[in-house]
Amino acid sequence: MSPPLLGVEEEVQSSVSSPSVECISENGMGLKERNYLGLSDCSSVDSSGVSSNLNLATELRLGLPGSQSPERETEFCLLNLGKLDEKPLFPLLPSKDGICSSSQKNVVTGNKRGFSDTMDGFSEVKGYVYTEKSWMFHEAGSDSESPQSVGHGKYPGNSGVNVILSTRSPGVQASVKQDEPANVLQEQPRATNGTSLKQTVISNNTTGAPAAKAQVVGWPPIRPFRTKTLAASSKNNDEVDGKPGPGAVFVKVSMDGAPYLRKVDLRTYSTYQELSSALEKMFSCFTLGQCGSHGTAGKEILSESRLKDLLHGSEYVVTYKDKDGDWMLVGDVPWEMFIETCKRLKIMKSSDAIGLAPRAVEKSKANNKKEFGYGC
Amino acid sequence: MNMNYFPDEVVEHVFDFITSHKDRNSVSLVCKSWYKIERYSRQRVFIGNCYSITPQRLIARFPGLKSLTLKGKPHFADFNLVPHDWGGFVYPWIKALAKSRIGLEELRLKRMVVSDDSLELLSKSFPNFKSLVLVSCEGFTTDGVAAIAANCRFLRELDLQENEVEDHRGHWLSCFPESCTSLVSLNFACLKGEINLASLERLVARSPNLKSLRLNRVVPLDTLQKLLMRAPQLVDLGIGSYVDDPSSEVFSKLKAVIQLCNSIRSLSGFLEVAPCCMSAIYPICENLTFLNLSYAPGLQGNDLTKLVQHCRKLQRLWILDCIGDKGLGVVASTCKELQELRVFPSDPFDAENAAVTEEGLVLISAGCPKLNSLLYFCHQMTNAALITVAKNCTNFIRFRLCILDPVKADPVTNQPLDEGFGAIVRSNKSLKRLSLSGLLTDQVFLYIGMYAKKLEMLSIAFAGDSNKGMLYVLNGCKKLRKLEIRDCPFGDVALLQDMGKYETMRSLWMSSCEVTLGACKTLAKKMPSLNVEIINESEKLESEQLELSFDDRLLVDKMYLYRTLVGDRKDAPEYVWLL
Repeated sequence: MSPPLLGVEEEVQSSVSSPSVECISENGMGLKERNYLGLSDCSSVDSSGVSSNLNLATELRLGLPGSQSPERETEFCLLNLGKLDEKPLFPLLPSKDGICSSSQKNVVTGNKRGFSDTMDGFSEVKGYVYTEKSWMFHEAGSDSESPQSVGHGKYPGNSGVNVILSTRSPGVQASVKQDEPANVLQEQPRATNGTSLKQTVISNNTTGAPAAKAQVVGWPPIRPFRTKTLAASSKNNDEVDGKPGPGAVFVKVSMDGAPYLRKVDLRTYSTYQELSSALEKMFSCFTLGQCGSHGTAGKEILSESRLKDLLHGSEYVVTYKDKDGDWMLVGDVPWEMFIETCKRLKIMKSSDAIGLAPRAVEKSKANNKKEFGYGC
Repeated sequence: MNMNYFPDEVVEHVFDFITSHKDRNSVSLVCKSWYKIERYSRQRVFIGNCYSITPQRLIARFPGLKSLTLKGKPHFADFNLVPHDWGGFVYPWIKALAKSRIGLEELRLKRMVVSDDSLELLSKSFPNFKSLVLVSCEGFTTDGVAAIAANCRFLRELDLQENEVEDHRGHWLSCFPESCTSLVSLNFACLKGEINLASLERLVARSPNLKSLRLNRVVPLDTLQKLLMRAPQLVDLGIGSYVDDPSSEVFSKLKAVIQLCNSIRSLSGFLEVAPCCMSAIYPICENLTFLNLSYAPGLQGNDLTKLVQHCRKLQRLWILDCIGDKGLGVVASTCKELQELRVFPSDPFDAENAAVTEEGLVLISAGCPKLNSLLYFCHQMTNAALITVAKNCTNFIRFRLCILDPVKADPVTNQPLDEGFGAIVRSNKSLKRLSLSGLLTDQVFLYIGMYAKKLEMLSIAFAGDSNKGMLYVLNGCKKLRKLEIRDCPFGDVALLQDMGKYETMRSLWMSSCEVTLGACKTLAKKMPSLNVEIINESEKLESEQLELSFDDRLLVDKMYLYRTLVGDRKDAPEYVWLL
């Protein structure tokens, strides 16, 4: 029981301490204990007991698949995980994506209060609910008892902690405020909370682990108008950048070691193969040093084959960041779905992509030409 | 020769040259005669707290009033610390002014609640009304804006900045009558909804005096091009959507017309932007004095840097932190005239990507000798950096530093940032506004009390160890007008030690500190010229809580006190207790 939980705990911690939840490979193969991509956050295992309590509490809070915000208070106070078994377990991929895309925007930040205050029924951290749920789903399948035991042990300890998960999307605080102003008002911090946050913060400082991830109402001091507008602009720019019209899906492409990033419009390709060729062309100059001006026919041939080895072989893998902020290996899902969910591409060295690499190598060995092909 | 021998008209004429509010206030205190002359000739009045005086008394004293500036909610309302319906309603003011014979021409509001009814009443009550400026206000819709457009026949300025406006898409812009040709300034960047582009073009075409135009997100690039054709005389431009294919004909036309707009000194917006189109802007960059790209997350660090390199005359720059420390270095080496810099976080809750750090600030301080106003959001700061900045820059009037982790120590030495901020206040003797952040002890307040003699506004969060901190400030900063404190261990002892001090200040805000209800009651009782408000939003008023809520030992969540000439306000909601 313990080992999977610890692995899970680690990953939840890392997800809390870094906005992008880079934990789980969602390939339907069950929970994998992976420490992804050299995230130094996993060393945040050294974070104080407070944080780990926090994480576990949130893990528990999120442990009821299918729960909407009104149910949070009950799951929170009582951890009636009996419900865990009753809730229908979601089919993994499509609905999860659907849910995440809608809930992402409702993620709240900045409520500085203890967990006991969630009685107010405010829908917090919805986005996280669904993110974590994806693996809780696996976990629930395997061992529904374990969260409960963990929870009972840790939960009371959290009531003094006024820390809320960090969120990935800016402007979220403000967007919630706009939707549910009445609720927000109820969530204003009270004096006791204020001082206890201070205490928490101070105690964290004395132990040397800063409560860097604590988020409070009104911090950082930015007008909600600004954060809301920025969030809306970011969303639009992802879609609109470079070409007018709603059809284009521009995503940034970065490559380890390249001095600058590129952007590609995923809609201009219809298969993974096309995308991979395009990426090859774009990034060939980085992998091979100077190119272009001195290119000869012979060199081109050489560069092509070498690039093929580089991209199709074991040296590089292409990953993408999906709507939840998880880093995934390109090629698993149908192309259309990939376009919908891909937010960013990254070409990384296989050695960095621990956990991804074996499969990449496997795949490339199995299928030299169609590395990114999906079931076709 | 004694001025009292001059006829009143002459004295009044002399007073015409005294324009600052402070000076006019001082003049009015010299003697009865000057008070009288001054009040009849006063046209512009600034009221920093709308609850410090009533509209009736304002009207009685200044019958010649033409321009009124009002501020409502306390500053921390900007950060969700004040409930929406706390107060700051402008309707009573407009109603009173409308009833009187005041010929109001200009109304400027900040952090007030403005209803559509207010706007409609405003638009119909003052035939010479010329200028409406709303900053961070809320409570109105585009219907109210339409009323202003339709009824103010001589409207010169409609400036909506960062307001929360419900957009009814009611074609407010089309409500400007054809006869309206007086517009000088139109800013609707904060509106989110569609507008009639053809109406906009016609409006701009018939406004030969138009100098300032700030568009919202829905105005596309080809409309921008047409508008610039009609108004090449613009001085201030806010671009809405700036997205096109660089090879398109429209874009070429835009490039051509921008070359003609050589009066543009201020550029903002880019709410949607395609970086590849930015090159068209370069020709006007040479003349820019104000550049605001803080709402343009579509521009990456290198786009920003490339743009800034052309802006050699820049005096004010508002930018997102994705410009990075290196980009700030480019700013430092290019913008030698820079006076004001604001760096906003593009992702306030993402601690991972440290876009700007203390390095960027040090570079700016070294390269921009005229810097006097700073707002800087960053992930970390060191004492050494602040000390260097203090050596490089001694002209700061405003210094606001926000380290995103509210209690972060100097990452190099693990020390609090007391010494760094101490150096800043020591070397910047003209400092009027200061915002602190990071790990701070009472020591920083000792420095502030000792050195910040001109300080007027101080914002503190998560700082200090004891009452001493607050006392150092209250005792030392003689010019202090606004003090706002959140989440600090300051309590009753600090609050009550010098109650008279608050009469010399506009307001004091304390939230999540250690002030008790009893102390607030004491203060309210002893100082009738102060309004002491407790904001208590707990809605769970069960019976035990009700009892508790009258226990003087209860720690108060939010307290806001301000001096006033008119006693308790009558429009406070239930959860605001007026002591």
